[in-house]
Amino acid sequence: MFQLILYPFNLLVHSLEGVGRYIELMFSMFRSIFSWHKYLSLTIDHMYHIGVLSIPIVILTSLFSGMVTSVQAAYQFESGFVPNWFVGSIVGESVLLELAPMMTALVMTGRIGATIAAEIGTMRVSEQIDALESLSFDPISFLILPRILAATVMFPVLVIIADCFGIIGGLIAAINSMDVSHQEFIRGLRNWFRPWDAWFGLIKGLFFGLAITSIACYQGYYTTGGATGVGKSTTATVVISCVAIVFLDYILAAILLR
Amino acid sequence: MIEVKNLYKSYGEKGVLSDINLSVSHGQSVAVVGKSGAGKSVLLRCLIGLVKPDAGTIYIDNKLINTMNFQQLQSIRSKIGMVFQFGALFDSMTVGENISLALQKLTKLNDDEIQDRLLNSLVAVGMEDTEDLMPAELSGGMKKRVGIARAIAIKPAYLFYDEPTTGLDPVMTDIINRLIRKFQDTGNVTSVIVTHEMRTVYDVADRIILLHKGNIQYDGSTDTIDNVDDPVVQQFITGNSTLA
Repeated sequence: MFQLILYPFNLLVHSLEGVGRYIELMFSMFRSIFSWHKYLSLTIDHMYHIGVLSIPIVILTSLFSGMVTSVQAAYQFESGFVPNWFVGSIVGESVLLELAPMMTALVMTGRIGATIAAEIGTMRVSEQIDALESLSFDPISFLILPRILAATVMFPVLVIIADCFGIIGGLIAAINSMDVSHQEFIRGLRNWFRPWDAWFGLIKGLFFGLAITSIACYQGYYTTGGATGVGKSTTATVVISCVAIVFLDYILAAILLR
Repeated sequence: MIEVKNLYKSYGEKGVLSDINLSVSHGQSVAVVGKSGAGKSVLLRCLIGLVKPDAGTIYIDNKLINTMNFQQLQSIRSKIGMVFQFGALFDSMTVGENISLALQKLTKLNDDEIQDRLLNSLVAVGMEDTEDLMPAELSGGMKKRVGIARAIAIKPAYLFYDEPTTGLDPVMTDIINRLIRKFQDTGNVTSVIVTHEMRTVYDVADRIILLHKGNIQYDGSTDTIDNVDDPVVQQFITGNSTLA
């Protein structure tokens, strides 16, 4: 009974400890940011793994997200009160503002966040991080900085790709499921397009990328307890990243879309 | 020379090392033994600066290392080769890259010299022609030998071994023991070997330190330990659980 009362208190203390260690780790990482050029080849390597290898899955998910948006818009336009060419506006705004950055972030949480946490976590439990340190490498600069730099560069690029393919998906579905020509779709798209909306999506991508990779690096870096610990770190990365993404999504919208 | 004075380390409420005092002179080969959880590996990690002690001082070559920051520790670490329990080879790199990474970081050798040193280190541990293999392609004993090659490649003044023969078959244990002895005799190094294998102790060490419940229970020559009238010591060297 006493332990049950203490549980929320212990959970709070444990969470605050985690936040403190996360801030400390990020502070150490940003302190070494001026030595980024030493890790340029590693960063490029991670850019390839985080960015280039993720392009097919980003294309696939964004294409279908755009198609679904288009089909659902068509379903709601059945009343006839809204002109069909409005579907271009709906798809464009939905994809640029929300779907492209959000879908990219959620897909990347599974693909990149889990991978990073498992990689660094395995290095921790198999003493590879200790070995790095014994060889005078700063493990934070060597393991975390290049991954976060790579994600910061590549996430906005992936969001741009998701923007393009989301709109293409919407166009394909609109032509097939509604009586809309591609000229009408483009007319709707251009009618409501504001450059800031595209910029907003890119800014979100940047923050989502930072959040996912930093959470994954933190979880991996402080892994304990062998293979079970690696599994827990990977799961925690996916869960915490998903929560962080929706939280950041709201915060950024509240600040930047006023 | 290594000098440890009044060293304490605990994790939470669990004391691991308590008032450890020892000194290892140049060229000695010291085995640190004890049951699992006795604090052997923690002591070794304190010596290389991977773990910060709660209290006490550690001097290596008359330099106080436990208050050094990361940059200051680099000069000390360049003199120390560390062999980890399971090799701790970097999974994403080949055997050759594992060794050359250490050389690139800790020496000022050019690419040709690094290649020569890398090949010589692999030959020294009997692992020639393996530089292009990935760690996943190696057996446990081979990983340990590559770990030793990585440690000796920088020509260290100190070699620290964490459980170098644990989990190996008797033949591979003998191979590793002979390698440790060879580097000890020819390399002019000071060795600290953490182990609980008495065969390794007798084969490679001049001196033995027995840790028991975080304290030094015995510190003396390997030649005289058999005659020590202490049930804890006798229990450990004979492996007879009924003695203490």
